[in-house]
Amino acid sequence: MTAPLLEARNLRKTFSAPAGTFAMGERARVIAVEGASLDLAAGETLAIVGESGSGKTTLARMLLRLIEPDSGELLIEGRDFLAARGPALRALRREMQMVFQDPFGSLDPRMRVGAIVGEPLEIHEPQLSRAQRRDRVAEILRAVGMNEDAMTRYPHEFSGGQRQRIGIARALILRPRLVVADEPVSALDVSVGAQILELLQNLQRDFALTYLLISHSLPVVAQLATRIAVMQGGRIVETGPAEQVLGTPTHPYTQSLIAAIPVMPVEP
Amino acid sequence: MAFGTFHGRHGDTICRFCAGEQNPSYDVRVSALIELCNLTVELPTPAGWIRPVDDVSFTLQTGESLGLVGESGSGKSMLALALMGLLPPGAKVFGEAWLANANGGLRVNLFALTERERIAIRGRDIAMIFQEPMTALNPVMRVGAQIAEAIRAHSANLASAEVDRHVLAALERAAVPDPAMRARQYPHQLSGGLRQRVMIAMALAAGAASITNGHCEPRLLIADEPTTALDVTVQKQILELLARLRRDLGLALLFITHDLGVVAQVADRIAVTYAGRIVEEGPAREVLAHPQHPYTAGLLRASPQLVRRKLEPIPGNVPSLTALPTGCAFEPRCALRRDECTTAMPELRNAGPEHRARCILVDCVSPGAAI
Repeated sequence: MTAPLLEARNLRKTFSAPAGTFAMGERARVIAVEGASLDLAAGETLAIVGESGSGKTTLARMLLRLIEPDSGELLIEGRDFLAARGPALRALRREMQMVFQDPFGSLDPRMRVGAIVGEPLEIHEPQLSRAQRRDRVAEILRAVGMNEDAMTRYPHEFSGGQRQRIGIARALILRPRLVVADEPVSALDVSVGAQILELLQNLQRDFALTYLLISHSLPVVAQLATRIAVMQGGRIVETGPAEQVLGTPTHPYTQSLIAAIPVMPVEP
Repeated sequence: MAFGTFHGRHGDTICRFCAGEQNPSYDVRVSALIELCNLTVELPTPAGWIRPVDDVSFTLQTGESLGLVGESGSGKSMLALALMGLLPPGAKVFGEAWLANANGGLRVNLFALTERERIAIRGRDIAMIFQEPMTALNPVMRVGAQIAEAIRAHSANLASAEVDRHVLAALERAAVPDPAMRARQYPHQLSGGLRQRVMIAMALAAGAASITNGHCEPRLLIADEPTTALDVTVQKQILELLARLRRDLGLALLFITHDLGVVAQVADRIAVTYAGRIVEEGPAREVLAHPQHPYTAGLLRASPQLVRRKLEPIPGNVPSLTALPTGCAFEPRCALRRDECTTAMPELRNAGPEHRARCILVDCVSPGAAI
């Protein structure tokens, strides 16, 4: 059996919190994530679900090494990710890209869309000519359902849904294997959010992507996830196949999350 | 229009709800709490005037809950601000909003009041809570003092011991645990759920303290996406609190949301808005079970549920108010569109006894029929 794409063992992260109003004296340590272990197999969609402060975003950032864990192990296809440095780290990093929640805050308003989407190529594939880079940008914009003439325009000229497509194009232009999507639809209108969820499903199929989905919304997670990990207070309290976690949750916290979701009286 | 014009005589505008109602001795206790007639709001923008609210009419009975559902740009928040008299400078308001008098007197048209009269009503008769309590609360003021400020605005002569008593009573009513301790805290010391409870306490406090004219509560609470920023477990608690307050105080609720699941829980009736207009209205269960407007049906099919199913997104984007199509605003995104949809905006048509939809595909047409 091949090693999982990503394997995390006992990750722990604490932050220092100021003690008292003016941060005098000792600083308390706040445990953000404690004892988090999970496997991510190629091609699956693992959703990390939790409420605000549950540590889901901290965990996702550690998995990408955007922040360093205090302790624990992180393996990519069996290789030690935490020990990787320099070119080896950069090579691993291009395999994992991120889609952010806020399609307004995550795109530089002074860059044209072509430059935003093409920027990762300048870093990771500097040998490309301008024409080659332009072709790659046009190709990925078409893949996310955008017209290639978007390249010469600025982010503010687009709606929230279109900006989220631009963010997805930027994440996919390096052909990563793992995409981490942090609340990808929670800033969007319902009718547009459904477009983005459908796009993410289609892109997963077309580009053989593995997804790590961070979300507070179980109904959104239910549309994409093959497996779900539920976090509470920095710990993973329940994990399992999506149908099982949603259908027959065993942990009381998962049960209370599901019970709190407003249900429509009728199936549309 | 003068303060306290008789019902049924609204000048030149024909009020759909009041047509035929000519009796001046009409009993306001059984009448609607709010009758909104043909409300239009116009706002200046660099791209020209826009109409975030376009010819909107509805009634809200005492104790009733109306869910105003819509996506961004549908005008639902502007409608709330118009009712509160808190529109941004430069906004133009057309139409009428008739608020029933609390002690059986004459109705008043909110839009014809002076600013001073408006201030007396705002907070006492009509109160509002907002999506993000952290930005609505003053960060450098203890929450108890903020609630006291709302009380004093309407009851300037109250002794401070009395004000303090009302502050604690308001926090208790909003189910804030340990109200005396919480009243001394600042907003940043409270969780999101507690902040929203403080907002609710503040919204109810002014009316509760000004026991004049025999009534003692705000009669209408406008809640603009009050749970959108909250976790689901906290959202559930806030929705339960609002339901209890409605029951205990006979409070009418205008609940603004984009979430069809939430609206199904809180609303007796639903009005779906799109590009500034109501496109469908009716009893909540009926609208959700048998949507008559393609937009409502599309929203339902696009809303994720706990069960995995094929989502059917609505193609395209919510239209910009600066570039609305000439016909039906939903026509460019509608799968059922016909040629005539591009020519004119359809009227609201009856789709059932209390159910109306703004679509030419709705069969039974009876304009002006009583609802």
